[in-house]
Amino acid sequence: MAKIRRNDKREMPALNTSSLPDIIFMLLFFFMSVTSMKEVTYKVQFTTPQATELTKLEKKSLVRYIYVGTPTAEFRKQYGAETRIQLDDAFADKSEIGDFIINERSAMNEQDQGLMTVSIKADKETRMGVISDIKQELRRAYALKISYAATQRTSY
Amino acid sequence: MAKKIPQINASSMADISFLLLIFFLVTTSMDVNQGLARRLPAPIPPDQKVEDTDINKRNLLVVKINSANQLMVQGELKDIKQLKEDAKKFILNENDDSFYPKLYEEDFGEPFGTIRYTKEHVISVQNDVDTQYQVYVNVQNELVAAYNELRDECARKYFHMGYNELDEDNQKRIQKIYPQKISEAEPKNYGN
Repeated sequence: MAKIRRNDKREMPALNTSSLPDIIFMLLFFFMSVTSMKEVTYKVQFTTPQATELTKLEKKSLVRYIYVGTPTAEFRKQYGAETRIQLDDAFADKSEIGDFIINERSAMNEQDQGLMTVSIKADKETRMGVISDIKQELRRAYALKISYAATQRTSY
Repeated sequence: MAKKIPQINASSMADISFLLLIFFLVTTSMDVNQGLARRLPAPIPPDQKVEDTDINKRNLLVVKINSANQLMVQGELKDIKQLKEDAKKFILNENDDSFYPKLYEEDFGEPFGTIRYTKEHVISVQNDVDTQYQVYVNVQNELVAAYNELRDECARKYFHMGYNELDEDNQKRIQKIYPQKISEAEPKNYGN
């Protein structure tokens, strides 16, 4: 009768993992090339509208963002469910847009100041009243190059 | 005989690269930044009154969007899918109709020659406070699409290639023939 040995001392051959780092590095480089750094943490939630005639925003350093949407769940208690504007990392009133733009512009190089683009990232359900207010503020601050952030639409 | 070099233990390499990978996954986002590029008109100085600029009626295409997101083009209820064709007809005025913008003849040099074009046309977009943003973007999109198609057709006719493939100089020359004139009205308060 065969003996059942409890403490089998036979060792498993070590798995060769020398190519594992290469695979992971490949993944890493893939993600580094297809993604972009997050600008801020969103305090408002929005789904950008869809459009077809889109242009890419080329130089990231020249773009400033204005987010418009309803506060995310964690801020809903404090700020309600009304449409709000976010500048950088904080909620803002529309009257603060002008100062924000002027501050951001003065922080830029002199030759870049005229090339500043403001990207409005707004939820598609937003009422135009809010957007018009923002546009008026931007005009007053002489930030005339704007871009309505949108996603590519494939069909109607 | 060559001396045997002891192998470096690289088992922690995977952990390090995993760490890097996870760091990048967390700090980056997938979405690309693209959008509808527009240019706002310069602000009106506060001491200056808003003037109703005198634009000949035939040179003006009025697109109105109401609070129920309905579209009115030149006083008629229209579907958004038709807007692009309407805008193109308006900008081109091929048959020299009296209700479309006035045509001007100008020499644009080689290879265009003398072209008739509507120099003074303006497309005016007016929206209500309660208009949905998506609908407004749709309208802007269709109008920009109309211009892009006209420019592309022009590029194919004279250069036998798409507008996007042209160099910047020639693109600018075509832009002169089809200047993008989408005006946005000063916001008004409707009702009290």
